[in-house]
Amino acid sequence: MRPVTPGRLLVGLALLNAALIAVGAVAFAPAAHRAGAGVRVGLVFDIGGKNDRSFNESAWRGLERAKTELGIDVEYIEPTEGADRETALRSLAARGDDLVIGVGFIFGPDLERLAQQFPGVKFAGIDYSPSPGVGTIANLAGLRFREHEGSFVVGAIAAMLTRTKVVGFVGGMKIPLIRKFEAGYIAGVKYVCGECVVLSAYAGTEPRAFADPSLGQELAAAQYGQGADIIFHAAGKTGDGVFAAARQRGLKAIGVDSDQFERAPCCVVTSMVKRVDVAVIDIIKDVIAKRFKGGLHELGLAEHGVTFVSDERNEKLLPLDVVQKARTIADDIVAGKIRVPSE
Amino acid sequence: MIASVLTLAFLAQAIRIAVPYAFAALGGAVQERSGVIDLALEAKLLFGAFAAAAVGHATGSAVCGIAGGVAAGMTVALVQAWCALWLAADQVIIGVALNVIALGGTRFLLQAIYHEGANSPPAPAYGDAVLTNPLVPAAIVCALMVPLAVRRTRWGLRLRAAGDRPDALVAVGVSPRRTRLHAMLVGGALAGAGGAQLSLAVGGFSADMSSGRGYIALAMVILSGWRPALAALACVGVAAAQALSVQVQMHMAGGGELRRQIVDLAPLLPYVVTLLVISLYRGRDRSPPSALGKL
Repeated sequence: MRPVTPGRLLVGLALLNAALIAVGAVAFAPAAHRAGAGVRVGLVFDIGGKNDRSFNESAWRGLERAKTELGIDVEYIEPTEGADRETALRSLAARGDDLVIGVGFIFGPDLERLAQQFPGVKFAGIDYSPSPGVGTIANLAGLRFREHEGSFVVGAIAAMLTRTKVVGFVGGMKIPLIRKFEAGYIAGVKYVCGECVVLSAYAGTEPRAFADPSLGQELAAAQYGQGADIIFHAAGKTGDGVFAAARQRGLKAIGVDSDQFERAPCCVVTSMVKRVDVAVIDIIKDVIAKRFKGGLHELGLAEHGVTFVSDERNEKLLPLDVVQKARTIADDIVAGKIRVPSE
Repeated sequence: MIASVLTLAFLAQAIRIAVPYAFAALGGAVQERSGVIDLALEAKLLFGAFAAAAVGHATGSAVCGIAGGVAAGMTVALVQAWCALWLAADQVIIGVALNVIALGGTRFLLQAIYHEGANSPPAPAYGDAVLTNPLVPAAIVCALMVPLAVRRTRWGLRLRAAGDRPDALVAVGVSPRRTRLHAMLVGGALAGAGGAQLSLAVGGFSADMSSGRGYIALAMVILSGWRPALAALACVGVAAAQALSVQVQMHMAGGGELRRQIVDLAPLLPYVVTLLVISLYRGRDRSPPSALGKL
């Protein structure tokens, strides 16, 4: 083998760097200025990327719609590892985008830091919750959902459909955000069926608890084994394991974030959908109309930020009378007749 | 309470959870005993899981999927062997690099083959049945046979010599490099089978699904003192802790404050047990193979 001399190494590294910079310059060349609003929006996806059939994909749909309907310029980055997230946000902000969006609670601290470093750029974070001691930042909007409201409705649906009077909840990472799903769900189940039992379990206490389908399968298997006949998951890809356990037994499951029907057409009775696309397009409209405001923006049933799926695909699993009762419950929540706990 | 937790269902669950860990730990132990550091277990699990799902989806057969997973594990091992034994690169760096490549590479393949960001199309699923999944008995057989092979066969003797005294192997006219290559291929096949269990139990691959299991398996190899039987046993311990955390959450739900706190702490249980086991093992003879990481 040829010896690797320091000189050769240096030349090699220099060539490699030059190549990478060249590729980067081509790939990230500013998009040609288009007609329309002329507003530039950058978006960074969470791990999972824009085709994740869930959360990120919903954000992507919102961005695509904003592009065609509003004529904005769009740039996006799909980071792979944790360390890339801040770099991705920073590069979009540094290029002078008008609005930079981070998709996922995990962007919180990065957004706070960058919003202070780039006061001229507006930032938005999906599922953002302020770090302890951080107040409202004028150029940072937190787009949050009242997941507990949507979860209440699917909890009521679960209670109407269960035959065993035992239902399950599988959460991903044990954080207040996921606790909102659980609290709303349990309240919804109890609202319809006071004597029903809700089994609930979490996959873990780290972000990887959202990416462990094997563990999700074990949690679901244990709950089905305890008599549950329908399980709602709020566990990201860990939920794939819940669907696997449901398919194997022919029992029911409820999807989350996007319509997850096709992940198990036998079994997914409905999904608690978070309209991340609606949140994305609304905040872009705010920026265009110059009415962007920092602070927390909450989207619930009333704002169509959360909802449940009822269409021709799941009509065999979700009878019409159940849908009607669920709609009534949703209306009562919007009207304030039902108060939904969030923890 | 204790009786209701320690049931057959719990046992079956612990065994299921243990399978990928045990395969990876056995593979890691074999490779490290031959003198090559195996930080790439995570990569072998992840590529194994991907290949098992892809082949299973294409052929409609779970057994073919297992073969695909094993082949993928061996392929990763082959790349690792080429870098470590032929190019003489740093073995820790190779391992880390392969793990990073696996994270991005499997995502890239999902995108390139299926135009999906996170999931493969459905593959045949073994589900959570213990009796009909051939990987479960295979893991048990391997956990019994691999230690025996390492300790009692000529192959095992050479493998251990490659790890401890490669010069002695040279003296009797056996190539340490070839011995190590063979050990790495066996290790890769075992870890690939562990990956196959991950995706074929669920019936599809999803990105990052190995979820750090390779690192935990390597930790078990090290704390077992590079003894494959003990390493596999330690993996069963980790799995039992995980199963216990599932069961505790199931049985302690809906009670007073104390119960709530126990449930809150349950997901931490596997880590606590791992730390406990590691600290209990302190002071035992667990020196690594003396030529580990050296050429």
